[in-house]
Amino acid sequence: MIQSGDTAFVLISAALVLLMIPGLALFYGGMVRRKNVLGTIMQSLILISLVSFEWVYLGYSMSFGPDIHGLIGSLAWFGLGGVGTAPNPDYAGTIPQIAFAMYQCMFAAITPALITGAVAERMRFGPFLLFSLIWVVVVYNPVCHWVWGNGGWLKALGVLDFAGGLVVHLTCGAAALAAVLVMGARKDHGKHQIVPHNLPMTLLGTGLLWFGWFGFNSGSALAANGVAANAFAATHLGGMAGMAVWSVIEWWHRGKPTSLGAASGAVAGLATITPGAGFVSPGSAVLIGMLAGGICYGAVLLKARLRFDDSLDVVGIHGVGGLIGTLLVGVLAAKAVNPAGADGLLAGNAAQLGIQALGVAAVGLYAFVASWCIIRIVKAVMGLRLDPQAETMGLDLSEHTESAYGE
Amino acid sequence: MKRIEVIIRPHKLEEVKEKLVEMGVSGMTITEVKGFGRQRGHTEVYRGTEYQVDFVPKVKIELVVEEARVRPLVETILQAARTGEVGDGKIFISTMPEAIRIRTGESGAQAL
Repeated sequence: MIQSGDTAFVLISAALVLLMIPGLALFYGGMVRRKNVLGTIMQSLILISLVSFEWVYLGYSMSFGPDIHGLIGSLAWFGLGGVGTAPNPDYAGTIPQIAFAMYQCMFAAITPALITGAVAERMRFGPFLLFSLIWVVVVYNPVCHWVWGNGGWLKALGVLDFAGGLVVHLTCGAAALAAVLVMGARKDHGKHQIVPHNLPMTLLGTGLLWFGWFGFNSGSALAANGVAANAFAATHLGGMAGMAVWSVIEWWHRGKPTSLGAASGAVAGLATITPGAGFVSPGSAVLIGMLAGGICYGAVLLKARLRFDDSLDVVGIHGVGGLIGTLLVGVLAAKAVNPAGADGLLAGNAAQLGIQALGVAAVGLYAFVASWCIIRIVKAVMGLRLDPQAETMGLDLSEHTESAYGE
Repeated sequence: MKRIEVIIRPHKLEEVKEKLVEMGVSGMTITEVKGFGRQRGHTEVYRGTEYQVDFVPKVKIELVVEEARVRPLVETILQAARTGEVGDGKIFISTMPEAIRIRTGESGAQAL
């Protein structure tokens, strides 16, 4: 039975998640040098088109279609065949399945966009497109099926991931790690100062991300109900706590709080609360956000110390956030919040933490190895990097024959 | 004729300009520049990592005046642009052999 309230809520949530993609583009675009801002924005923006194409013909069916051995969905729903206005009770019994398919489409599109922050300012547009296309087919779709698809093996084991701690943040973080290892650092990294060219742009992007995150997390309830409201609150409190803790730590550590620090802490908190938003209480969400602010700050510092050029901290914020957020679900989840979820360690069910750890290990390992293979293959076929002269000139001119800031 | 090049702190530009206009200066050209002297640069922090930024933003004012006016103008600039801290900037004075007003073709002091 289709409910109009649920349907309206999920459709609006889908639009909110779409808005996160230009939000992410601005978030990243402000952090690069001015010669790379359009190229950086383009790497997020174009995925709205590329991944949506893929989603219609392959992605939705591979992720949510009829299960094959718990590993992948069949191509029975190729071209969204049979996916129409009737609900699919396996996923959401009160909204048209096409609404669910479009909502999930936005998740698939933003996930590879998150990866681009790791390889910012040095990857050619063509290899980037090829990598992203193969990546959503080989990494995103299977993992999405394992965790959220009807019959998926991690779902069957009881792994909880409310809105994408594993499916979105850990996959993109693991891919980012693999991509930087294969690609190497920017040629100026460690030799010249590379500092953000427009932090107001980054802060505007942070606002759009936060706004969209309400659709991302509370929309994952797939109904306008109490779980959605809990997820809304948990999302806001996670972002709040992440921003506060990052800012305080930075103030203590470096003497001054920074605007980029406040924004980074918020995104860390929001990413980390994502897997638990619909399973943990608002009080637990505050705790998760606080841990995210502190741990992600440490991870980003460690990266700098290791001279590892994950340029915009995809591993340190999304990878680490997805990882600890998914584990913390195993500690803090409570059936009192969501009867469809599970109790965690603190509610007397230690086994859930083990299940969550298994989910992290399986998804993290698979996403890392598969991403590493994909990027090696793309490298062998067409190379990955700008030549040094083009890297000096910047992505905007060398890859797109444009410049962002004219006369 | 002399050319006076003045490199100052950006926030001092308005004050210097007003004082120069009060002295009867009829035109000037400014450029936003970056550089360092004894002030060296400053430290910026992004995501917990410190960056040493060597080139500090400054404003360069250029004006060309008759030789007799140089001394009082320099006095005025010194007063208006000075904070007393390292980084107040510098004044360079050089000889300018010719000036031509494009609209009329007038040259020399007439063109100023």
